[in-house]
Amino acid sequence: MILDSKIPEGPLAEKWSRHKFNLKLVNPANKRKFTIIVVGTGLAGASAAASLAELGYNVKTFCYQDSPRRAHSIAAQGGINAAKNYQNDGDSVFRLFYDTIKGGDYRAREANVYRLAEVSVNIIDQCVAQGVPFAREYGGLLDNRSFGGAQVSRTFYARGQTGQQLLLGAYSALNRQIHAGKVTSYTRHEMLDVVMIDGHAKGIITRDLKTGAIESHEGHAVLLCTGGYGNVFFLSTNAMGCNVTAAWRAHKRGAYFANPCYTQIHPTCIPVTGDHQSKLTLMSESLRNDGRVWVPKTKEIAEKLRKGQIKISDIKEEDRDYFLERKYPSFGNLVPRDVASRNAKQMADEGRGVGATGLAVFLDFADAIKRLGEDTVRAKYGNLFDMYYQITDENPYKQPMRIYPAVHYTMGGLWVDYNLMTSIPGLYALGECNFSDHGANRLGASALMQGLADGYFVIPYTVGDYLTSLGFKPVDKSNPAFEQTRLEVEENVNKLLSLKGSKTVDDIHKKLGHIMWEYCGMARNEEGLMKAKGLIQELKKEFWNDVTVLGENEELNLSLEKAGRVADFIELGELMVDDALNRRESCGGHFREESATADGEAKRDDEHYAYVAAWEYTGDNQPEVLHKEPLVFENVKLTQRSYK
Amino acid sequence: MSETTMNLTLKIWRQKNQNEKGRFVTIEAKGISTDMSFLEMLDVVNEDLTRKGEDPIYFDHDCREGICGMCSLYINGQPHGPKHGTTTCQLHMRSFHDGQTIVIEPWRAAAFPVLKDLAVDRTAFDRIQQAGGYVSVNTGGVPDANCLPIPKVKADEAFESATCIGCGACVAACKNASAMLFVSAKISQYALLPQGQAERWSRAQAMVEQMDAEGFGACTVTKACEAECPVGIKLTNIARMNRDYFNAKFFKEETVHH
Ligand SMILES: Cc1cc2nc3c(=O)[nH]c(=O)nc-3n(C[C@H](O)[C@H](O)[C@H](O)COP(=O)(O)OP(=O)(O)OC[C@H]3O[C@@H](n4cnc5c(N)ncnc54)[C@H](O)[C@@H]3O)c2cc1C
Ligand code: SF4
Ligand code: FES
Repeated sequence: MILDSKIPEGPLAEKWSRHKFNLKLVNPANKRKFTIIVVGTGLAGASAAASLAELGYNVKTFCYQDSPRRAHSIAAQGGINAAKNYQNDGDSVFRLFYDTIKGGDYRAREANVYRLAEVSVNIIDQCVAQGVPFAREYGGLLDNRSFGGAQVSRTFYARGQTGQQLLLGAYSALNRQIHAGKVTSYTRHEMLDVVMIDGHAKGIITRDLKTGAIESHEGHAVLLCTGGYGNVFFLSTNAMGCNVTAAWRAHKRGAYFANPCYTQIHPTCIPVTGDHQSKLTLMSESLRNDGRVWVPKTKEIAEKLRKGQIKISDIKEEDRDYFLERKYPSFGNLVPRDVASRNAKQMADEGRGVGATGLAVFLDFADAIKRLGEDTVRAKYGNLFDMYYQITDENPYKQPMRIYPAVHYTMGGLWVDYNLMTSIPGLYALGECNFSDHGANRLGASALMQGLADGYFVIPYTVGDYLTSLGFKPVDKSNPAFEQTRLEVEENVNKLLSLKGSKTVDDIHKKLGHIMWEYCGMARNEEGLMKAKGLIQELKKEFWNDVTVLGENEELNLSLEKAGRVADFIELGELMVDDALNRRESCGGHFREESATADGEAKRDDEHYAYVAAWEYTGDNQPEVLHKEPLVFENVKLTQRSYK
Repeated sequence: MSETTMNLTLKIWRQKNQNEKGRFVTIEAKGISTDMSFLEMLDVVNEDLTRKGEDPIYFDHDCREGICGMCSLYINGQPHGPKHGTTTCQLHMRSFHDGQTIVIEPWRAAAFPVLKDLAVDRTAFDRIQQAGGYVSVNTGGVPDANCLPIPKVKADEAFESATCIGCGACVAACKNASAMLFVSAKISQYALLPQGQAERWSRAQAMVEQMDAEGFGACTVTKACEAECPVGIKLTNIARMNRDYFNAKFFKEETVHH
């Protein structure tokens, strides 16, 4: 199959308008003849489901939590970007487009990113109309802040809980449609497979997590809005239940997986304390606006500090290395995430890390407190400081925070065309689940924007075009594919339940996490990746031979839920390694040590790697086939990113 | 930070499913680090149980950052445990001491039936929101966001109400299992904002009626909900809700707008 991105003709700024005009429309009276399945109720899923139901389609939504409102989008703190230019500081759709393309290290599609920037302005209008309580200025207008190193203030926020407020807005719109009878919501349901008929997606198989019932659901189109796969690393800032299962099972049915190795490691997280750790907590990036990052100048001082022979206050100013300010004088502490993370790792590798494990750097507010006063700092960051205090038992007003990078976001995901359709006709992917807009590195406050853009403003147009091609027939539920796929899922569940080895699922998951972090994390090289591939293959065997899954299917079953997800993570892990091996260049979050500039910065290879790597599954334990979608840049000039 | 370990005795509610009767089971938890979160302590216990071939304890959780509202444990007689203003997932073991006995139960309320062990069914909350917890606007065709200035004080007040994470601790804390704090938080958010005015009265009425239909109890102002709410939702929300509800119920539509 040839990858057709379906990017519309015409000048960049007109592509989306023209495309909308060319898409076929479904007559209002016919919309109710179609059913659309939406898996996931985060920003992408909830906004899509509500908007489609408003148009008149019948919608079924699914999520694994007990309520649609608890999707992982709820945890986003910092904010959402939009090219409103309310601050008159030089922002525009083109600037947001440009920043996103550049921030993504020129590995995203121009047309998709431009559309994202274009509809970003509508998102804010929509959310305000719903009653989302964004931060405001005294004059009553919306407040903005600069975020993640952006040179304009285009980030809208709701104190430290932008994600929760945006999601509750989308959830309220969804609730209105549930009340109207246009949406049926299935909670505590996990999607385990896609039903394929004549090469098209026609439904899904789910497991009711409460009763174990394995059911099939039919639909004219299926939208996967199931979030990212950061939990392949075991430890990440993602919620505990975030998983790749829905996307992975779709991949096995023919949906290509694009750029799986692009992972974002966020620089400001609370460091790991011990083996018991179950997840990592993000400290908002906004902290870098006022906090200064440093480590002791020498290994010796760092070691004394770690051993408790000296205190932080004993380290003289000249013995502190503010390494980001030193290396990147123009951006300083506000360099992009990938750069900040790699530098922190480098400090730890040099033996200059702090904290008991040495895997941390300081984020110091002493200067900010001196300059602005403790009250101002409290007003700005109080909730974050409290959270830090709560978790670490250390008071950040009195001593610097300790931070370290952690897995946070996955830019890779299911390959989609401009219409957000995967390589399976009728199967779409929205939000973090797809690969489309962030290239090799995502800018802060852009994931919320993308999820809502996809759900509110893209899919309502593009899905209709596909539906009109189907005619108005109901999906044939008696087609044997439904029962066949259901039986296959049941068999897989039984196979998992028959495993009675000596390891727990978490044992295996933690091992996988170590392998991924060590060899496919912040820095990657050929030798390490080859080693990781072997280790993952062994781990897969260990899982199927020696893991234990307890209980039965017909109940809430913790070990069964985890086992299914970890089995998929193991397979995904191997593909991530393959993808990282294939891409012998450094770009964004993917740093290949073999491809660096003289001073150790990431070096792209546009001549050979300016493409999207889309992987096709060919069978169990078979190598996947690589398809390349060339990236064409007509509106920006490719440059090496520099933040010096 | 000074990490130490401790041994604890857990008395945990175990219940196979909604229909069977539950009971307390005593489990010794050894070598628990003070740095662990409460849920990480339970993870450790579950890993031990699994190794012994015993069914791990089922409890709800997801974000482990205090925001998704999924975690829901009743610890030593308090929803979300002894620490004020936090969720169970943000509670750390340093709030306990070596040798302590910790009693862990699910939320108890008729409207929140136990599903298994420590997990309850809170879908009643969703149904209340579905009854009217929204502003009726469709996607698209809305005015520019800055066409509607909202005084900062009002916006901040609405935000305070909007921070409710839907955990249900207020219900679990209340001897009447009343859901008033939760319901009033949403009603207040919209009542305070201009966007919410058009449906203000019908919303209050619909949501309150659904709340009653779900079997939540009445409010006798014991203030237990406010004391246990992890995000500090205020009792004044309940007063506002009652006022709007009675306005809606006893006056004609035309006479209630002021
Ligand atoms: C701590 C944190 C802070 C963040 N802060 C920001 C920020 O400030 N700004 C920003 O722009 N981005 C931020 N991000 C990123 C952003 O929050 C996410 O990328 C985005 O919310 C993802 O939305 P989504 O709708 O794609 O998926 P999610 O919100 O993750 O939703 C996934 C949905 O899919 C469902 N699901 C998953 N698997 C299955 C299955 N197998 N069966 C059934 N249902 C399933 C889940 O139940 C859920 O409903 C942050 C991320 C984290 C982790
Ligand atoms: S009001 Fe407070 S206690 Fe009640 S559901 Fe909301 S956050 Fe939880
Ligand atoms: S697990 Fe999300 S609030 Fe506790």
